[in-house]
Amino acid sequence: MKDAEINDIAIDLFVEALYRRYGYDFRNYARASLKRRVKELALALGFNHVSELISPLLHDPAFVDQVVPKLSVPVTEMFRDPAVFLAMRRQVLPVLASYPRINIWQAGCATGEEVYSLAIMLKEEGLYDRARIYATDINDVALARAEEGIFALRHLKDFSANYLKAGGRQSLSDYYHAAYEHASMDRSLKENMVFARHNLASDGVFCEVNMIVCRNVLIYFDRLLQNRVLRLFRDSLIRQGFLCLGTRESLRFSEIGDDFAAVDEDQKLYRKVLIAVGES
Amino acid sequence: MSTRRWEAVVIGCSAGGLEVLRLILPGLPADFPLPVIVVSHTAADSGGLLAGLLGRYCRLAVSDADDKSPVTRGSIHVAPAGYHLLIEKDRTFALNTDPKVCNVRPSVDVLFETAAEAFSGRLIGVLLTGANEDGCRGMAAIKGGGGLTIAQSPETAFADTMPRSAISAGVVDQVLAPAAILARLLRLTTPQGPSPDMRQDTTGH
Repeated sequence: MKDAEINDIAIDLFVEALYRRYGYDFRNYARASLKRRVKELALALGFNHVSELISPLLHDPAFVDQVVPKLSVPVTEMFRDPAVFLAMRRQVLPVLASYPRINIWQAGCATGEEVYSLAIMLKEEGLYDRARIYATDINDVALARAEEGIFALRHLKDFSANYLKAGGRQSLSDYYHAAYEHASMDRSLKENMVFARHNLASDGVFCEVNMIVCRNVLIYFDRLLQNRVLRLFRDSLIRQGFLCLGTRESLRFSEIGDDFAAVDEDQKLYRKVLIAVGES
Repeated sequence: MSTRRWEAVVIGCSAGGLEVLRLILPGLPADFPLPVIVVSHTAADSGGLLAGLLGRYCRLAVSDADDKSPVTRGSIHVAPAGYHLLIEKDRTFALNTDPKVCNVRPSVDVLFETAAEAFSGRLIGVLLTGANEDGCRGMAAIKGGGGLTIAQSPETAFADTMPRSAISAGVVDQVLAPAAILARLLRLTTPQGPSPDMRQDTTGH
């Protein structure tokens, strides 16, 4: 048997152990990406083989807290894909402005860069006072950092360029305080943010929202889990609520494609139809 | 060599890559029997640009690879800017936004290593010009899995770090200039000598 095949067995056992011992369900994650992450985790912890992760995982309850954050490595930036935020500003926010309360769910918020981007945009459009952003993630470490809202200053130059391309009306530096190589996001941006742990693979609807932003999360899931999550999104959105996916993600081949219409297919902005056929 | 059934070609390049790709890919016929998958280090905001540029010169259809779509023949699949491109065991594409590998995303290593597992010994890996060492581990994975590895000859490369690092790591089977790489790809995918089908062709037309 080849090493690669033995490694596949070890990955299967590791995923199964994680699920049966702690309830973390990575069984329907896209396998190639997950495999690379598990391998890197094993290497980072000084193990030669993935199989060596399994014993501490089963017998040392503290070990799982080292493992899970490494399996959902968050990589994000402020106003990433500025054209998406520009389209949101122009095509979605004017519609949201007609609602007395605006609930937004950012699913898979990672370290929060996009949550702050949304807050800034809502503020500039005069909507933040009546908005609430629910920012959720499976990764507690990332969530804690998102809540802090402190980002390395070296990234802010790129973030500023994105912000301007996204239709920013001021200067990004108006929204943070720079000190010791870090940018601390303005406290007023955090007023209407709620951070919570939510597992897209196992948790259900927790509120009714006007818009869901979930970018570059679905690519980590297999088709089965993608469809589960998309149904969850459909059921969490109000009628004619908006959904924003990553630039390489699409509803085209999903089970719930008929429940949504494209607002802007290029920027992956969708809107739930008035009467969703698949809705129970 | 003619009886070997190759199943895919993966190509990696960086600085100067577009020019070399233009020397190779337009020479592939519309009925080239293998899927061709390309990673080029491009700026994250140049969405679809490389596929658009190459598409103008190629007889094969060129497009950005879509998440979960099958690896198909008759196409040149390009890694979309800003995403790593991976191949799943069932020979579908997967994308991710994991941290950069060798300071780049998409990374040649990520494509080559996952393709080496999906296609094992039936994969041809081609490493072209580039100014960093991305691709070296990927070539090792292809060779280790029994595949064929080809590097652009350093003296013909705009930047020679990429092919040179793989050559000095001892993971390259053949070192060739761009025109010879094209000729090799065509020869590897054409049965040597007239097959019964081809003989029929010459009399039948």
